[in-house]
Amino acid sequence: MIIEALIGVTFLAALVTFVLPDRYAGKAAFALSLVPVLGSLVMWQQYDASGNALLGGNIAFETDVVWLQLGQYDLHWMVGVDGISLPLVVLTTILTTLAIVSSWTPIAERQSQFYGLMLLMEANLLGVFTALDFFVWFVFWEAVLVPMYFLIGVWGGPRRKYAAIKFFVYTNIASLVMFIGFISLVFGLGDSISSLRLPEIAMALQSGQLSGFAGLSASALASVAFIAMFLGFAVKVPVVPFHTWLPDAHVEAPTPASVMLAGVLLKMGTYALLRFNFTMLPETARSFALPIALVAVASVIYGALLALAQQDLKRIVAYSSVSSMGYVILGLIAYTTYGVGGATFQMVAHGLISGLMFMAVGVIYNTTHTRMVTDMSGMADKMPVTAGIFVAGAFGYMGLPLMAGFAAEFFIFKGAFESTVMAAMPLFTGVAMFGIVIVAGYLLFAMQRTLFGPFRFDGDYEITEAPFHDVAPLAVLLLLTIVLGVSPDIFFTMIQDAVNPILELGGAF
Amino acid sequence: MTPLQTLPDWTAMAPAIVLGLTGLLLLIIDTVDPETSNNGLLAGVATLGSLGAGGIAGWFLIAGTGMEQTGGAISLYGDAIVVDGMSLFFTLIFTSVAAMVSVASYDYLADQRYQGEFYSLVLFAATGMTLMAMSNSLATVFVSLELASLPSYALVAFLKKNRGSVEAGLKYFLIGALSSAVFAFGISLVFAVTGSLVLPDVAANLSNADELVGVLGLGVLMIAGGFAFKTASVPFHFWAPEAYEGAPAPVSAFLSSASKAAGFAVAFRVFTVAFPLDTVTALGGGSVDWSLLFALLAVVTMTLGNFAAATQENVKRMLAYSSIGHAGYALIGLAAITVGNSAANGDVLGASMAHLLVYGFMNTGAFLFIAMAEKWGIGRTFEDYNGLATKVPIAATAMTIFMFSLAGLPPFGGFVSKYALFYSAIESGFWWLAAVGAVNSALSLFYYSRVVKAMWIEEPSKPLEIGSQPVGLYVAVIFAAVGTVLLLPGFQPVIETAQTVAAALF
Repeated sequence: MIIEALIGVTFLAALVTFVLPDRYAGKAAFALSLVPVLGSLVMWQQYDASGNALLGGNIAFETDVVWLQLGQYDLHWMVGVDGISLPLVVLTTILTTLAIVSSWTPIAERQSQFYGLMLLMEANLLGVFTALDFFVWFVFWEAVLVPMYFLIGVWGGPRRKYAAIKFFVYTNIASLVMFIGFISLVFGLGDSISSLRLPEIAMALQSGQLSGFAGLSASALASVAFIAMFLGFAVKVPVVPFHTWLPDAHVEAPTPASVMLAGVLLKMGTYALLRFNFTMLPETARSFALPIALVAVASVIYGALLALAQQDLKRIVAYSSVSSMGYVILGLIAYTTYGVGGATFQMVAHGLISGLMFMAVGVIYNTTHTRMVTDMSGMADKMPVTAGIFVAGAFGYMGLPLMAGFAAEFFIFKGAFESTVMAAMPLFTGVAMFGIVIVAGYLLFAMQRTLFGPFRFDGDYEITEAPFHDVAPLAVLLLLTIVLGVSPDIFFTMIQDAVNPILELGGAF
Repeated sequence: MTPLQTLPDWTAMAPAIVLGLTGLLLLIIDTVDPETSNNGLLAGVATLGSLGAGGIAGWFLIAGTGMEQTGGAISLYGDAIVVDGMSLFFTLIFTSVAAMVSVASYDYLADQRYQGEFYSLVLFAATGMTLMAMSNSLATVFVSLELASLPSYALVAFLKKNRGSVEAGLKYFLIGALSSAVFAFGISLVFAVTGSLVLPDVAANLSNADELVGVLGLGVLMIAGGFAFKTASVPFHFWAPEAYEGAPAPVSAFLSSASKAAGFAVAFRVFTVAFPLDTVTALGGGSVDWSLLFALLAVVTMTLGNFAAATQENVKRMLAYSSIGHAGYALIGLAAITVGNSAANGDVLGASMAHLLVYGFMNTGAFLFIAMAEKWGIGRTFEDYNGLATKVPIAATAMTIFMFSLAGLPPFGGFVSKYALFYSAIESGFWWLAAVGAVNSALSLFYYSRVVKAMWIEEPSKPLEIGSQPVGLYVAVIFAAVGTVLLLPGFQPVIETAQTVAAALF
């Protein structure tokens, strides 16, 4: 029942915050959000699952009750976690709390609504990462959109209306495409399943129960469903060429919303790719290895090149997310224990580091009211702590050893080199590794221009060190990044344990 | 033996009787002292009457009155009236809408004349709707349809100083009279062929009608036209935007939710009981195959309603067209009926009924929010709603829930009821109908989210003056919002009841 409690408490916290007066909303939201943090840590401490939740593994904190009986397919309230979802649950709770603290300075109007929506989004995200029934999962998946739409649309920058609508329309159409793909798979399974529980569907697919539907043969149906689901999730990730909503959404979104968007919402896409495409249809995935690897490498290189061309700090970080999420796709298609495990680890690592970077940009913006690289120089003289953390975070992003980014990228590259899905995989990996150089390039370029050199600032604001509550969440994230980098086994063993059953299916062993 | 079974049979009509008596009581209260305003008392009595009738219907449903496990449907007055699970389920929809509308009208009518008449007209119309759901003979169908319609005409034209309202009332009345005539003519043709008006007898005599199958087909078509008017389906829909826009907003809520559901109630019963598909398709080479007719109507209605709604600048008009679109969704219940698969037929018809119940909450709520906006005098276009959320966050939250639920977005009741509807259609083999519905539903998000965007994201284009905080309207709107949200987790009993009672028709 701990998962239900976690989601329920977060919902309640959102309601309470929504009706509180603005003055107390920020502090109250912070205090209330500590409860889910505590809950997720308790879950982590008491975690006793083994194997993959979808492939007959032992699921932790499982609940499975019939919610709705409707025709052939019962809808179950089924939630639970395994080694893939638990790290993301912990990431969600911690990042939300930190994002709430980082909102104290920039969010000045309609605060209770803002914090209420942040908590509402957290509750839905927890639902996405714990739901194991397609219907329940889809309810949460779509429900995440609503608070994000408001967060961008109400508290965003000058072009917020355009960005909010674009985000909403893009991701909603993607959801529809994905939904059609998945449902066609369900109809293809016919009488061999009696519910929409993901484990049941995954097991039925593994045992070859898929038959044709609407004139398509079983293998053609699998391909069509795979492509539809991949397109749907690819928008969320986002991979090139479906990434165009992301810079708009990021640039216009207020800092805390960007943190959540890059830190957790993008992971919904890769998490779903892993759960649906790569776990349920491994043969189909392997047959599409070449286009997927191409897309992954294109995202890495093109995203990094786009970042290199930006003058806006936030855009730099936003495009670099496209690049980093490309690594995740590369790791997933590698179909090796280090590849898929590293991809999952990268989801957490990138969640921490991109959160850190967006917050750091936000702190600089709070002080300077500009994010343009050309407007400032030598900021480190005036705000040494912020600058120090910014540099440390950037090093984490570049994959400096003993930081989470390094561990994740190392795992992914190791896994991708070992991969046997196709002969050209080492070539793709080599090209993708070149992305690191570009990442180092644009981050060093940005830091050099903004933080170091003689102090110069084209604006009327007084530049002082940021207040403690702005810097503290950065420090926490940096600490977590280092902890995870020094000791990746905190999550990596449980991730590996959950990933290995997928690989046995994929035929990598 | 449960206490229910020891009561005389006619008590099964208690919901209709309570509604009718409340209507009369309201007239009496108003007659005692017509000069003073008893608005609070009148609204209270109307609400209590509706809730009482709804409570009895709910109690009957739980106790199983008229359902299979308690000996089957209760027939009254020579089979002209039948009380079964389906009529009780629809009664629940009418009474909850009537209750919400009565509460909300307390504020809306505060400075209007003829308050007593307003409430009693609402209650009489609700009585007519309840009787429509219970009608088992084409004669009672016609009479109860008129009982529901005549008060509605007056209600639409209630704001007699307002040209829009009067014009809407006239338009509604003229088209209503025309379609009543068409409907009556259809009944007479069916009577000519089958020699009966009682629905099961009509079905029993259909097999003798082989030479007159053309006349029968014409009769069925004309009867379908009558229902299309009542449910605001294409091609008899064009009164709806005018009437809903011109009418006082609580009346629009009442018409677009309850009155539409009543049309569906009687359409479901007449077509499944009097013209069972497996019998009529056997006649004259399937020329009376009404399932195809309704499939066509469903597709055209939902598509036309949605596209027309997308082009509106006026929120109330947008809702009116979207309500036409929802009539299209509900029509799937009739369209997806197939020969010889009674289990799937019950499922899809039940899903349609469950959608109408959820729709009763979300659509009534949306129109009542508009009533609030009218009360505040802030105008009717999308621009006029700009920045409303800064002034009235709670009401705007409720409206947001209605809009997203109408669009079929989780986590609201509209999502799960649409899912059940489309799923049941696919199960009956009508996956293309479900696909058209799903695409329409996705498109509808565009215009529903415009309201949300205006309220929350846009800056007010002019200073917003929110004068009063109308208590009754707030209560009704929040009640509808809570209902819309709770119908997602609590959907199981609704769909279960709906599908059980619908299955009893086959």
